[in-house]
Amino acid sequence: MALKKVKGSLERVFDKNLHDLVRGIRNHKDDEAKFIAQCIDEIKQELRQDNIAVKANAVAKLTYLQMLGYDISWAAFNVIEVMSSNKFTFKRIGYLAASQSFHEETEVLMLTTNMIRKDLSSQNQYDAAIALNGLSCFMTPDLARDLANDVMTLMTSTRPYIRKRAVLIMYKIFLKFPEALRPAFPRLKEKLEDPDPGVQSAAVNVICELARKNPKNYLSLAPVFFKLMTSSTNNWVLIKIIKLFGALTPLEPRLGKKLIEPLTNLIHSTSAMSLLYECINTVIAGMPNHNASIQLCVQKLRILIEDSDQNLKYLGLLAMSKILKTHPKSVQAHKDLILQCLDDKDESIRLRALDLLYGMVSKKNLMEIVRKLMVHMDKAEGSMYRDELLSKIVQICSQNNYQYITNFEWYVSVLVELTRVEGTRHGSVIASQMLDVAIRVKAIRAFAVEQMAQLLENSHTVASSAQRNGICEVLYAAAWIAGEFSEHLRDPRGTLDDMLRQKVTSLPGHIQAVFVQNIMKLYAAILVKYEEDEDNDGIREVSDLLVEKLPMFVQSGDLEVQERACCILQLMKYVKKLQDKDVSCADEVAALFAGELNPVAPKAQRKVAVPEGLDLDKWINDPPSDSSDDEGPANSLFIPDDSRMMNESMTRPVVEELSDDELERRREARRAETQNNPHYLKLGASAKGSKYQEVVNVEDIPVANIDLSVPLYVPVTENSPQSTKRLSDKYLEAERQARKRDKKRRHGKKSKRRHKSESEEDVPVVHKVDIMGGEMPEGATESGDEGNLELDDNDPHKLLDIDLDRPLDADEKLPVRTHRIVSPSAEDRPVEEKKKHHRKDKEKEKKRKEKEKKKSKKEKKRNKSGDDSAHPSLLIATELMSPGHEAIPSPGEEEEVAPPSAPVKKDTTPKKEEPKDDLDFWLSGQDAPVAVEVTAPEPGAAADVDSDAEDTSRHKKKKEKKAKKEKKEKKEKKEKKKKSKVANDEDVDSGRRDGFEELNSDGPPLPPMSSYRLLAEDSNIKMTYETRVQSQQGQQLIVSVIFTSLAEQHLKSLEFNVMDSLNTKMDRLPGATTHDGVPVPFQLPPNSFNEGQFAFQVQSINVAQKLRGTLTYTIKTEESSTSEKLDFKLYLPCTAFLIATPCSSDAFARLLQGGELSSKYSIKLSSGGAPFSHVLAKVCFYGHFAIVEQIDQSASLYSCSTQGHHICLLVKANGGGDVSIDGKCADGSLLSNVMEEIKVTAS
Amino acid sequence: MIKAIVVFNNHGKPRLIKFFQHYNEDMQQQIVRETFHLVSKRDENVCNFLEGGRWASGKNSDPENLIGGSDYKIIYRHYATLYFVFCVDSSESELGILDLIQVFVETLDKAFENVCELDLIFHVDKVHYILQELVMGGMVLETNMTEIVTRIEEQSKLEKSEAGLAGAPARVVSAAKNLDLPKLPSNIQLPNLPSFR
Repeated sequence: MALKKVKGSLERVFDKNLHDLVRGIRNHKDDEAKFIAQCIDEIKQELRQDNIAVKANAVAKLTYLQMLGYDISWAAFNVIEVMSSNKFTFKRIGYLAASQSFHEETEVLMLTTNMIRKDLSSQNQYDAAIALNGLSCFMTPDLARDLANDVMTLMTSTRPYIRKRAVLIMYKIFLKFPEALRPAFPRLKEKLEDPDPGVQSAAVNVICELARKNPKNYLSLAPVFFKLMTSSTNNWVLIKIIKLFGALTPLEPRLGKKLIEPLTNLIHSTSAMSLLYECINTVIAGMPNHNASIQLCVQKLRILIEDSDQNLKYLGLLAMSKILKTHPKSVQAHKDLILQCLDDKDESIRLRALDLLYGMVSKKNLMEIVRKLMVHMDKAEGSMYRDELLSKIVQICSQNNYQYITNFEWYVSVLVELTRVEGTRHGSVIASQMLDVAIRVKAIRAFAVEQMAQLLENSHTVASSAQRNGICEVLYAAAWIAGEFSEHLRDPRGTLDDMLRQKVTSLPGHIQAVFVQNIMKLYAAILVKYEEDEDNDGIREVSDLLVEKLPMFVQSGDLEVQERACCILQLMKYVKKLQDKDVSCADEVAALFAGELNPVAPKAQRKVAVPEGLDLDKWINDPPSDSSDDEGPANSLFIPDDSRMMNESMTRPVVEELSDDELERRREARRAETQNNPHYLKLGASAKGSKYQEVVNVEDIPVANIDLSVPLYVPVTENSPQSTKRLSDKYLEAERQARKRDKKRRHGKKSKRRHKSESEEDVPVVHKVDIMGGEMPEGATESGDEGNLELDDNDPHKLLDIDLDRPLDADEKLPVRTHRIVSPSAEDRPVEEKKKHHRKDKEKEKKRKEKEKKKSKKEKKRNKSGDDSAHPSLLIATELMSPGHEAIPSPGEEEEVAPPSAPVKKDTTPKKEEPKDDLDFWLSGQDAPVAVEVTAPEPGAAADVDSDAEDTSRHKKKKEKKAKKEKKEKKEKKEKKKKSKVANDEDVDSGRRDGFEELNSDGPPLPPMSSYRLLAEDSNIKMTYETRVQSQQGQQLIVSVIFTSLAEQHLKSLEFNVMDSLNTKMDRLPGATTHDGVPVPFQLPPNSFNEGQFAFQVQSINVAQKLRGTLTYTIKTEESSTSEKLDFKLYLPCTAFLIATPCSSDAFARLLQGGELSSKYSIKLSSGGAPFSHVLAKVCFYGHFAIVEQIDQSASLYSCSTQGHHICLLVKANGGGDVSIDGKCADGSLLSNVMEEIKVTAS
Repeated sequence: MIKAIVVFNNHGKPRLIKFFQHYNEDMQQQIVRETFHLVSKRDENVCNFLEGGRWASGKNSDPENLIGGSDYKIIYRHYATLYFVFCVDSSESELGILDLIQVFVETLDKAFENVCELDLIFHVDKVHYILQELVMGGMVLETNMTEIVTRIEEQSKLEKSEAGLAGAPARVVSAAKNLDLPKLPSNIQLPNLPSFR
C-alpha cells in the first residue's frame, strides 16, 4: 500500500502540472495545436491512473484547455471522480472543471446527486460552498428536484457564508423545478430580514430576479421591500430593491405615490451615482404623472449628461429617452444639450442622442434637425453610424404618418439626396418611403415623378456603385413611380430611353422586373400622347425601339424578368402588327394599365378570415425533398403577397387580348385563382373605392401655398454632394422666410395670440397625407388586438408564474429524498424517458459495472485496512445495487417540509384574501404619516395636473373613516391570528399525518401527533424542538428548534448553548470553545416564530441522552435592552436515531431467520380504548418505524438506526384494549431503550 | 443576471472565461473573438457600455443570438493589458457592474500582490476561485473586499494544510523543473512492484 503511494508520487515527478502546461504552450507558439494534442494524450494517460492527485492535476490542466476552446466533455467522468475526493484541494479542482464544462445535457450528472448532497451537508463550510457554486452552474431538473430539500435546510444554516449561497441557488432550483417555489417561498421571504447583510442581499437578489418576469405575484411583498428600502444602507441592496419597485409600480399606481417621497429623498441625498440613476429610472417607470418628480429627474439627468464621465453621459441620455415617451416637452427643453451630444466622439453616445432626437421633432424644427443630421452624415466615418443616421432620418420624418412633415417636396428631395450616401444598406428603406409618399400624397406626384426621372437618368451612377444590398433599390421605386404616374412626366420619351439602357440588365432581378413592367406603362402613355398628336413616325420609332431592346430582358436569368419580358415582347409584336395596318391601338394598350391603386393596410392580410375547410398547415403537394434549392426570398419591397397582387391587378385585362395559347392558359388559371382568392384586390369595386376619392380631393389640397421662391422643377445637377447648398435646404430657407413674413404680418396686426406665436399650428402645411387606414377585408377593423406581450414559451420564467399568496396545500411539499427504487421499471425510467439515447443504457450499464468493481475493491481494501471512514463516492450506484434499501422517505426529512408551511398559514389563516387586504391597507397609507404628506398637494406641485391629487383631497375624509374601520378589522384579525396560531401547531401536524392516514384510510380520524416537544418556556419565549437524522451520517443529529416569541418586544442576539457530554457534542462555529453558544441566525419580532437548526455529534446511540443547555437572549425595548437567560434540558431519545426504512416482507423474514438479531424484548401497553390502527400509527410516528405488513389486528414493523442496527417489531392487539409488542434486535440495550420509549409515547 | 464574464488581453487572448449559460467551446471562443473585436476598437475615453442590440450589427453572423437580444449589455473596463468584460441583462445596474469589476480587480490585486497579466495566465484557477466569491450562478454574491480576501486566504490555508507531506515532493519537483535541467525522459516506466497484499 505504502509502496504504491511512493510509486505514485515518483511517477508524478515527471507529470506536467498546470504551470508547466501554460509555460509549454507559451514556448510552443508556432506549433501550439500540436503541443496541446500531445498534452491531451498525456492527460489521458494520467486520468487512467489510480492516484487521485494525478487525476486532479490532469483535470486542472483540462480546465485550462477548455478556456482555450478545447472540448473536454469526454473527461466528464474523471471530473466527477475528482469532485468526489475527500480533500478540499482536489474537490475544488473537480467542481471548477464541472462548473466550466458541465451543462444540462451532461449525462454523468445523474450520478452526482448523492455526492453533491454529501458535500452540501459537509462540516467544512468551504466544501459546501464549492458544491453550491458548482451546482449553480450545472443545475438540471433532476438535481433541482432531488436537492431542493437539502438546499432548503442550508438556508437556515448557522453560517452566513453558506446561507447566502443557499439562498441564491434557490433561484436556479426554481428555474428548473418550479414546484419548489411555493414551499420554499416563505423561508426565502424570511431571509429578507436576515441579520447578515450578505444573506439579505442574496434574498433580495433572488426575489428581484423572480419578480422581474412575473411582477404581479410579488406585489404583496411591497411593504417588506419598502421597509428595507428605508432602512438599508447597502447600496447594492438598495439598487436591486429600487429596480424591483420599477417593475412593480406600473401594476399598482398607489405604490408609486407611496414611493415618491423616499425616492426623491434618495435622489437629493445620495452621492452614489448608480443609486441616483436607478432612483430616476424607477421614478420614470412608476410615477410618470408626478410632474415635480419628473422635473427633478430631468434636472439631475442634465447634470449627468453634462458630466465629463462618458458613462454618466450615456446613462443620462438613456434615461432621458424613457422620459421622452411620457414628457416630451420636458426633454425638448434640453434640445441644445442633446444636439451637442450628436457631435460627441463616442459612437454609443451619438446613437443614444439620435434616439432622443427622434422624439423631439416638431413641425417647426423638423427641417432644421434633418439638415443637421445630413451634415453629420457627410462627416460621419464608418458606414454603421451613417446607416443609423439614415434610418433615423427616415424614421423621424415618417413617424406618425408623416405627422411633422409640412412640405413633401422637401421630403422627396431629402430622400433623393439620401440616395447619394455612400455604401448604405438602407436603399430599400428609402425606396419604400418614396413609394409610400408618391402613392399616398397625390399632390406630390408630379414633383416626385420628375425627381424619379432624374434618378433614372442618373441611374448609371447609382447602379455602378451597386452592392447587392445597396442603394440600387431606389431604382425599383423610381421606375415604378415614373411608370405608374407617367402622366406627370415632362419627357416620357427620354425616361423610356433611360430605362432601356444596356446598364439596366446588371441590376438585381426584382428591379429589372419592375423596369420591364413600367417600360410597358411608359410606352402606353407615350403611344396615347403620340396618337393624340398624330405623330405616326414617333409611334413607329418608339415601337421599334421596344421591339429592339426588349430581347435583352428576355435573355435574363431571372425567371420573373424573363417571363414578363417574353409576355410584353409578344404583346409588342402584336401591337406593331396592328400599327403596320394603321390601326390605332393606343387606347387598348393604355387600358392595360388603367385604374387606380389603393394602398392596403399592413394588417389586412392577417385580418382575412381563414375560409372553412382550408387547412393552412396541410401540404398542398408532398413536401419537397430537403435537397430543394433555396430560392431565397428576393429582396422585395413589399410582402411577397402584395407585390404579386399589384402586378396581378395591372396585368389582368391583358388576358383577353392575348393570342398565345400557353400564356392564355396560364393566365386563365391564375385569374380563376384570383377570383376565388379573397386576398386579391378586385379591380372593379374597390378601385372606385369611394372612401379614397372622398378623402382626397385634389383640389382641396393647398398646393397653391407652395412658396414661389422655390421652383417646382429643380434641375438636379448630377451628383452634387460637394455643392454646399442642397436642394432640400432651399425649402428650409423658404420656410424660414415664410415664417418671418408671417411674424411680421402678425406683428403688424398686433395679434392677441402673440404669446403663442410659435405654436405648432402656425407652420403652414403644404401637403396633406392621405391618412387612410388602407384597405381591410370586410368586417375586419383596424384596431389590432395582436395579443399582449407575453413571456416566450421557452422562457423558464413562464412556469414560475405562480400565485405565492395562496396557502400551501397539503401535497405541496418539496420532494423528500428517497433512495432509488430497485424495481426494474424505476431503474430504467430515465432511459425510457429519453429513448433517443439508446446507447446511454449500455453506457450506464458499463459504468455501473465499473463502479461495482471499484466498490468491491474498495470494500476489500476497507476490510483489510480497517479504514472505515466512509468514502463519499458515487453512492448512487451502491443504492442501485442493494436490494435492502428501498424507497420511501425517512420521516425526519418528511417532517422537515412541514415547518416552512407554518409561516404561510400564519399569514393567511383568517381569510384567503388577507394578504391582499394587508397590501391595500398598507397602500392606503394611513398607518404611515409619511404617505399623508405625500398625497396632500404640495405647494410646488399644486399646479401639476395630478389626476389623483384632486381625487384624494375630495375623498380624504371618507378614506380616513374607512381606514379607521380597516384598523379595527385589522385588530380583530390579529386576535384571530393569535388564536389560530394555537391551532396552528395542529395544522402542521395534520399535514404530517396525511402520510399515515393513507395507511389507515378506514377508521376514525387520528388524534393529532407532533414530533415537536416543548424544550423550555418563559414569559418571553417558547422553544419546541424535534430531532432529525440522516442515514449516511451515523453520528450526526440535527435538532431543529422553533423559537416562538411571546414578548411584546424584539428579541435579539439569541444564543443557544448546550453543555457537551462525553457522548454528545454540539457543533460550534470554528474556533469557539465549549462554553460559547451558537448564535441563532435571526431576530424575533413580537409574535413571530422562526426555526433554527443545531447539529450534534453523537458517539453511541443506544442510550437516551439528557443534555443541559441555556438560551440567552436580549429583550430590546425602546429605551434599553436587558439580557435574559433560559435553562433547559434537551432530551434525545434513542428513537431519535431510528429511520423508518421500508422493508419488503421477504427481506423482513430473512432478517428474522438470519439469527443475527439475537436480543429480544417485549412490552405491553394499554391502548386506552383507541383503535388498533391509532396505536400502530403512534408507534410508527413517534418510534420512526415503517410498516412491513399488517394483517387485521397485528402488524410487523421495521426500522433501521443511523448506525445500521436493524430493529424488527411485532405489534399485536390482544382483546381488551391491550397491545403487546415483541422486538428483536442485535443490540439489546438499544432495543430495550427504544421499546420503553415507545411504551411511554404510544400509550 | 450576469450572463458571462470574460477577461482577455489586448490581443484577444482569453485569460478567463466564465459563462453562466451553456455554450459549447466553439461558440464560447467565437463570442470572445467578437467581443474582443467590438471592445478593442473603442477609444480609451468613451463610455464602457455596449448595447446587445448593436452587438456586432453589420456582420453576417448574427451574434445577437450568441448572447441574448437587445436586453443585454456589454459592460467592460480596460486595465493595462487586460479587458474585463461582463455581459449582463437589464436587471443589473450598469454602474453597479462597473463597481463590481473594480472590486474584482482590486481583490485580484490584493490576492496576487500587484496583479499583472502573468498572474492571470499562470493562476487562472485561483482567479476562478476569487470570482466564485464574488459572483455565483450569475448573481452577485459578495462585494465586500475584506470578506472576500479573508475567505480566499482561509481556503488557501486549508489547501496548504492538506498538501502537507503529499505536497512536499511536488514542490521539490517544481523547483527542480525550474532549474531547466536537460530534458529527462518523461515516460520512465517504473517496474511493477509486487504489492504486499
